[in-house]
Amino acid sequence: MDGAKLRRMADQIAANFVALGEEQAIAQTAEHIRLFWDPRMKAQILAEDPAGLSPVACAAVRQLAG
Amino acid sequence: MGYEPQPDFGTPEVRSEKTVTLTVDGRDVAVPEGTSVMRAAASCGGSIPKLCATDSLESFGSCRLCLVEIDGMRGTPASCTTPVAEGMVVHTQTERLAKLRRGVMELYISDHPLDCLTCSANNDCELQDMAAAVGLRDVRYGYDGENHLGQAVDLSNPYFLFAPVKCITCSRCVRACDEVQGTLALTVEGRGFGSAISAGQAGDDFLSSECVSCGACVQACPTSALMEKSVKQLGKPERSVVTTCAYCGVGCTFRAEMKGEQLVRMVPWKDGKANRGHSCVKGRFAWGYANHQDRITKPMIRETIDQPWREVDWEEALAFTAGRLNAIKAQHGARALGGITSSRCTNEEAYLVQKLVRGGFGSNNVDTCARVCHSPTGYGLKTTFGTSAGTQDFDSVMDADVILVIGANPTDAHPVFASRMKRRLRQGAKLIVIDPRRIDLVRSPHIAAAHHLPLQPGTNVAVLTAMAHVIVTEGLADEAFIRERCDWDEYRDWAQFVADERHSPEFLEPVTKVPADELRAAARLYATGGNGAIYYGLGVTEHSQGSSTVMAIANLAMATGNIGRPGVGVNPLRGQNNVQGSCDMGSFPHELSGYRHISDQATRDLFEQDWGVTLDPEPGLRINNMLDAAVDGSFKAIYIQGEDILQSDPNTHHVAAGLAAMECVIVHDLFLNETANYAHVFLPGSTFLEKDGTFTNAERRIQPVRKVMEPANGYADWEVTQELANAMGLGWTYSHPKEVLAEIARLTPTFAGVSWERLCEEGSLQWPVNEQYPDGAPVMHVDGFVRGKGKFVVTEYVPTDEKTGPRFPLLLTTGRILSQYNVGAQTRRTANVAWHEEDLLEIHPADADNRGLADGDWARLASRTGETTLRVKVTDRVAPGVVYTTFHHPATQANVVTTDYSDWATNCPEYKVTAVQVMPSNGPSEWQEDYAALSARSRRISHDGQVEPAE
Ligand code: SF4
Ligand code: SF4
Ligand code: SF4
Ligand code: FES
Repeated sequence: MDGAKLRRMADQIAANFVALGEEQAIAQTAEHIRLFWDPRMKAQILAEDPAGLSPVACAAVRQLAG
Repeated sequence: MGYEPQPDFGTPEVRSEKTVTLTVDGRDVAVPEGTSVMRAAASCGGSIPKLCATDSLESFGSCRLCLVEIDGMRGTPASCTTPVAEGMVVHTQTERLAKLRRGVMELYISDHPLDCLTCSANNDCELQDMAAAVGLRDVRYGYDGENHLGQAVDLSNPYFLFAPVKCITCSRCVRACDEVQGTLALTVEGRGFGSAISAGQAGDDFLSSECVSCGACVQACPTSALMEKSVKQLGKPERSVVTTCAYCGVGCTFRAEMKGEQLVRMVPWKDGKANRGHSCVKGRFAWGYANHQDRITKPMIRETIDQPWREVDWEEALAFTAGRLNAIKAQHGARALGGITSSRCTNEEAYLVQKLVRGGFGSNNVDTCARVCHSPTGYGLKTTFGTSAGTQDFDSVMDADVILVIGANPTDAHPVFASRMKRRLRQGAKLIVIDPRRIDLVRSPHIAAAHHLPLQPGTNVAVLTAMAHVIVTEGLADEAFIRERCDWDEYRDWAQFVADERHSPEFLEPVTKVPADELRAAARLYATGGNGAIYYGLGVTEHSQGSSTVMAIANLAMATGNIGRPGVGVNPLRGQNNVQGSCDMGSFPHELSGYRHISDQATRDLFEQDWGVTLDPEPGLRINNMLDAAVDGSFKAIYIQGEDILQSDPNTHHVAAGLAAMECVIVHDLFLNETANYAHVFLPGSTFLEKDGTFTNAERRIQPVRKVMEPANGYADWEVTQELANAMGLGWTYSHPKEVLAEIARLTPTFAGVSWERLCEEGSLQWPVNEQYPDGAPVMHVDGFVRGKGKFVVTEYVPTDEKTGPRFPLLLTTGRILSQYNVGAQTRRTANVAWHEEDLLEIHPADADNRGLADGDWARLASRTGETTLRVKVTDRVAPGVVYTTFHHPATQANVVTTDYSDWATNCPEYKVTAVQVMPSNGPSEWQEDYAALSARSRRISHDGQVEPAE
């Protein structure tokens, strides 16, 4: 899968949750990816360099991995 | 049912709590107060002669044929204009009346050609019937005085004719156009004997007038003066079958009037609860595509897409397809396979396609074209209210006091509902329009929007948050409602968020380009003007913040208490006929029917037991992700029922690359559509006239679709899917869609009480239909939200990444027009092209001037993604800096320029905002020319070794 596109998607999700405050935004972003992404997309985002993600998206992806 | 016109009670039904009892010709009858004497007589089996009255129109009282005698009243009042009174004693058939009526009829007939035997309305003509009813035997005036005989017939409209010689000037057509359709295209010119019906200005004919060809006047005309050309050509129908329109989400029901297997005409069904006897040009007239020469009726296959198609029989086609699918599954695993359900097919067909994908292919890679239109509605309304559907029925609009239309163009996209809305607006409801373009509704006859907020495309969330700011900070929120019905803490968080100064209309004006005082006034009106109803369309959903916008709308409705009763609510206007249904049926990759997440063990258990399979607990790929995965090599095969993703989905190059990378593309459709250029298997489809099943419209109304003729391709679409499933060894045994519906009801709590038999008996049902709502639910969330407490969601305005700049300084937004439907595969193959030959680019005069463009010039439309050419239409309907086009024609390929930016929550593509440049050009772009060549090549069909083009 196109990693850049998935990063953009993750960042976009995170940006729309930011207003909830950091903790909530991270949890909601992780939950959103869990509920709506196909396994290969999840695998790919976990394999991406987290530095390429916004802070909330990055933390959310970490939460998914853990 | 045989062919009998539907009963006509003469004047409209009256709603009243109070009943009045009277006597008509010695029979006692009780009717609602306000009912006319004519209707009262009809409702107890009588029939008073009439010509100018019909029950779709307010009474007019001009023909004087319906006279009656009433005890204690002087003279002979007209029964159509006389309301009933308690204890009234009416005589409808007396000597005196008979004489008067004969006199009236004599006058009419003396000016009417007596060629009844060769008239196309023979035996279906009210004038004839009335002449018989009054016992007319002689015409004393002779036929050789002055008359209107010999006037030319207006044949300009492709579907109906106007023969002035047959006109009796009853003005039913004029009133139908005013009252039912609301277009006001017709007038009575002149007075008395010289009066005549005219379309538009002097010199106009029907086609060049304002007429939108809805057919209401044709329906209202008592003679053959306004008549379908098909009736003239084919003769009177002999039977009729009630069915549902397959075009848009209004879901009009029609009587398909037949002669054998030949459809003669479609007549809107008066008892249809979605349309109440009205229709638009598409459903009423544009059904000719069913027999178009382009229609493919034999299955075709090919090894690779550079080969010509080979016609084969069904057996070979299915064996070839199943062989490929099984091989790909064996080699690459179930997740390499997927399918797309159609929002134009029936509920049962969508359900079977998703069942085939989940249960047969073994993956959850199923999606639907609703992805590209209303997926944010599902997400947004589920999150806030708890259910993925609109809250009201269409009738509800008649109780609205303030109507807020955002990102929708109902007069073009949902015409029959727009007529209802316009009727309510003419009665005095106030209108707010939020749209970058001055849509017709903003200013139309007898209607003017109180406020039009011409926002910058892409700033919906900012505008709605600013409205919320006004409502909260000016103390206009309905706190009693919120405390009782919503989560109070969540409301407080939200209220605090929107009250922030950076969400004020003044602060946001530079972003939204909406004058702050106008926005404030609109917000006040919505919050305080009585029942406030919001109607929205794709201008809300097709944005990078589509889901946020839907939630922002829901927030506004909750904050003002506009939920849970008639006249209010949040109403998505669905695009295609069965968008609601295909979503309900589990067409999205993450959920099973009834919106239950695939990760839910209990739901999966239910389906696994019923289907005898094991389901993948992980969500599948969405359409655009399927294409990405195809390019990437992990997605190999797709079964597409009734969709043309190459034309309808954004970024055509990307879609083409994805399809080209797959090993098995199965297109199941009526025509060799654009997607079929990349297909290996073509399975011919059937039209809605050729199958049984159900559609669910935008009001959650489930309505039957009925087969009126045998499928030209041999099988209804549900049968084709079943054949494919069985070729893969699944052993399905459905013999009628009602068995599929029974399975849906068994497995879906919101459909528990739905059955084919019940639908046939009751005409329609609005889900949920279950123990709690045994007869369905016209209005939802009446006593509480489906999710419990209504949820306020903070919606931060996040600007799209698609930005204008020096190279692409304009914003392109897209839409549709009345006479064409979506990618136009059907409507382009009907006479509807009389109204829309090509897609045009609307551009503001200032922007056109800057570029040296004049009306009708060719222009090159380029974005970061691609470019195309089309002709321009210079108009101030669009604001400076904004251009607009439709996407009905494949030659234009408007989606070559749209980007793959999409809604953050659902990936619904951002069709409504693309940064573009427009420049003069002298013809089609290179891509258009290449593409035309590719299409011609890939549409070749070989017949016994001889290759010929398909079109
Ligand atoms: S077809 Fe419809 S719009 Fe046209 S004149 Fe008749 S009623 Fe009016
Ligand atoms: S065209 Fe038909 S409906 Fe219209 S005035 Fe003439 S007879 Fe009446
Ligand atoms: S409004 Fe929609 S459903 Fe009704 S006739 Fe027109 S296209 Fe069909
Ligand atoms: S029907 Fe009553 S006046 Fe014409």
